[in-house]
Amino acid sequence: MAMGKAIERKDTNVALRQQKRKRNKRFMKKHWQLYLLLSIPLAFIITFKYIPMFGTVIAFKDYNVIKGMWGSEWVGFDHFIQFFNLPIFWTIIKNTLGLSLYGLAVGFPAPILLALALNEVRQGLFKRSVQMVTYAPYFISTVIMVSILIVALSPNTGIVNHFLGIFGLDPRNFMGEPALFKTIYVLSDVWQTTGYGAIIYLAALAGVNPELYEAAKIDGASRFQKIINIDLPSILPVTVILLILNIGNMMAIGFEKIYLMQNPLNVPTSEVISTYVYKVGLIESNFSFSTAVGLFNSIINLILLVVVNHVAKRVSNNSLW
Amino acid sequence: MAKQKQNTIRESYGDRLFLAGVYLFLFIVLLVILLPLLNIISSSLSHPSAVVSGEVWLWPVDFSIAGYQAVFDNPNIIIGFRNSLFYTVVGTFINVVLTIMLAYPLSRKTLYGRGLVMAILVFTMLFDGGLIPYYLVVKSLGLLNTPWAMLLPGAVAVFQVIIARTFFQTTIPDDLYEAAEIDGCSDLRFITSVVLPLSKPIIAVMALMYAVGHWNTYFQALIFLRDPDLFPLQIILREILVLNSVDPTMMSNVDQALALAGLREQLKYALIVVASVPVLLIYPFVQKHFTKGVMIGSLKS
Repeated sequence: MAMGKAIERKDTNVALRQQKRKRNKRFMKKHWQLYLLLSIPLAFIITFKYIPMFGTVIAFKDYNVIKGMWGSEWVGFDHFIQFFNLPIFWTIIKNTLGLSLYGLAVGFPAPILLALALNEVRQGLFKRSVQMVTYAPYFISTVIMVSILIVALSPNTGIVNHFLGIFGLDPRNFMGEPALFKTIYVLSDVWQTTGYGAIIYLAALAGVNPELYEAAKIDGASRFQKIINIDLPSILPVTVILLILNIGNMMAIGFEKIYLMQNPLNVPTSEVISTYVYKVGLIESNFSFSTAVGLFNSIINLILLVVVNHVAKRVSNNSLW
Repeated sequence: MAKQKQNTIRESYGDRLFLAGVYLFLFIVLLVILLPLLNIISSSLSHPSAVVSGEVWLWPVDFSIAGYQAVFDNPNIIIGFRNSLFYTVVGTFINVVLTIMLAYPLSRKTLYGRGLVMAILVFTMLFDGGLIPYYLVVKSLGLLNTPWAMLLPGAVAVFQVIIARTFFQTTIPDDLYEAAEIDGCSDLRFITSVVLPLSKPIIAVMALMYAVGHWNTYFQALIFLRDPDLFPLQIILREILVLNSVDPTMMSNVDQALALAGLREQLKYALIVVASVPVLLIYPFVQKHFTKGVMIGSLKS
């Protein structure tokens, strides 16, 4: 009896599958244009994203230009071991993690704070100007941003030292002090991206049901209580998603800005994985070694992302997948 | 309880204080962002010696446009401007066309293989091959040191594809498509005559995001270009502003009696202003769209 049912179900399954296949074939035939369209950009993705992924095999080889990617000898994990044994290894890891964590600790709450504050203010000229002004620095290029830092913090002509001079303090070479590098990096990032980062939270806050505020008002909740009990819970999903993404990108901390801010004086604290990969790989042409360092970095990132996503799922039911 | 009952609930004293605090906080934020920008603009319009000695705060001192003259007398800067404009216009066009070509088919819920293609795209956001293999691919395609190196490698941004796909899904009703199908309208024709006219806002946002990216990037030029004639503005800026290599002979028509160091500072301030103006000019016009774009993206990450 049960057997018969099982067989029957199998039959219908097979029939269904065949039907589905037929339908898909018909769809592809009829909509060949769609496939033609997407094949071109997809070819770009394959070329510039997937081929480099396969290209990471040179991390396990001794790449040389003459023998090419496939002709070079395998060396297994030699490059990785070499990297882990370098005295600079721990410095780079420490700098990368330190800079990311510092950036996360200061830079992640900043847009939330700005969005919550803006949400309290009534629509009008003031609110619009604050939004517009805070948002503008996002459009300043990295090169210009770093240039602004260099001219403003310059030891003899910079505005910051002139300002300190008023209080009788001696000028300092801010960009040259290794101890200050992280702070300058993080604070200038906050200055540049907080306004942009607040947009997404403002969007989430705009979607809050007004009845909730009404009810809170009738219950005699203060403004602060409304923020804690209505605003924060309603932006929580977005916050968790962004936090996951940020932690997943922790090791991939931006090359562009750090590389520009580097100078011989601050290298001890400013050398991170991405700048090291660039110098060893493209300036010194150690292709295989540099690829190994980069691959190590990508894998750590992937693991971080998966772990954080899993934790977020367990703790708050919000996750990327 | 001697208090009179009122129809509206009055704001308590504490709430008003709290709101005043919020306003103060926002005002301080406003100043923190605005003042440095004002100082740079004022410095660029002041006499070099006044800038160096620290007399300039928020208003130009001894008005002078020597810095701007030096900027426009520098042939490298002009070439950089021209190149950046070219990369931005052509690059953005390629970006937008390819992004739509990928995003529209993926927005069709009945597309066979949709899940697979999405998975292929999303995986690139999780893992990347790193700098050297990427460089070697560009090299083996023979793109090194050609304008194509600035246009093709980053032609499709997965994040933008996802935003555009979400937009198509939420704004183009299925009935519209079914009606077109009954009329015997092909997919391509449907895109050109129905989808594109309905998608102006997303195209504007996409174009802006891509364009700002092209205008502001220096990394691709740094690794792929060797020929100074191909350098975009950002690379020239880096040489002058960050690496500090202003060639004095480049400064023609400038009174040599001007302290060269002073003029150098001057040139820097003027250059910062000139390089940021194009992007900041466009920005107020598209701010509305831009916000919308970010919101669309946040709807369904």
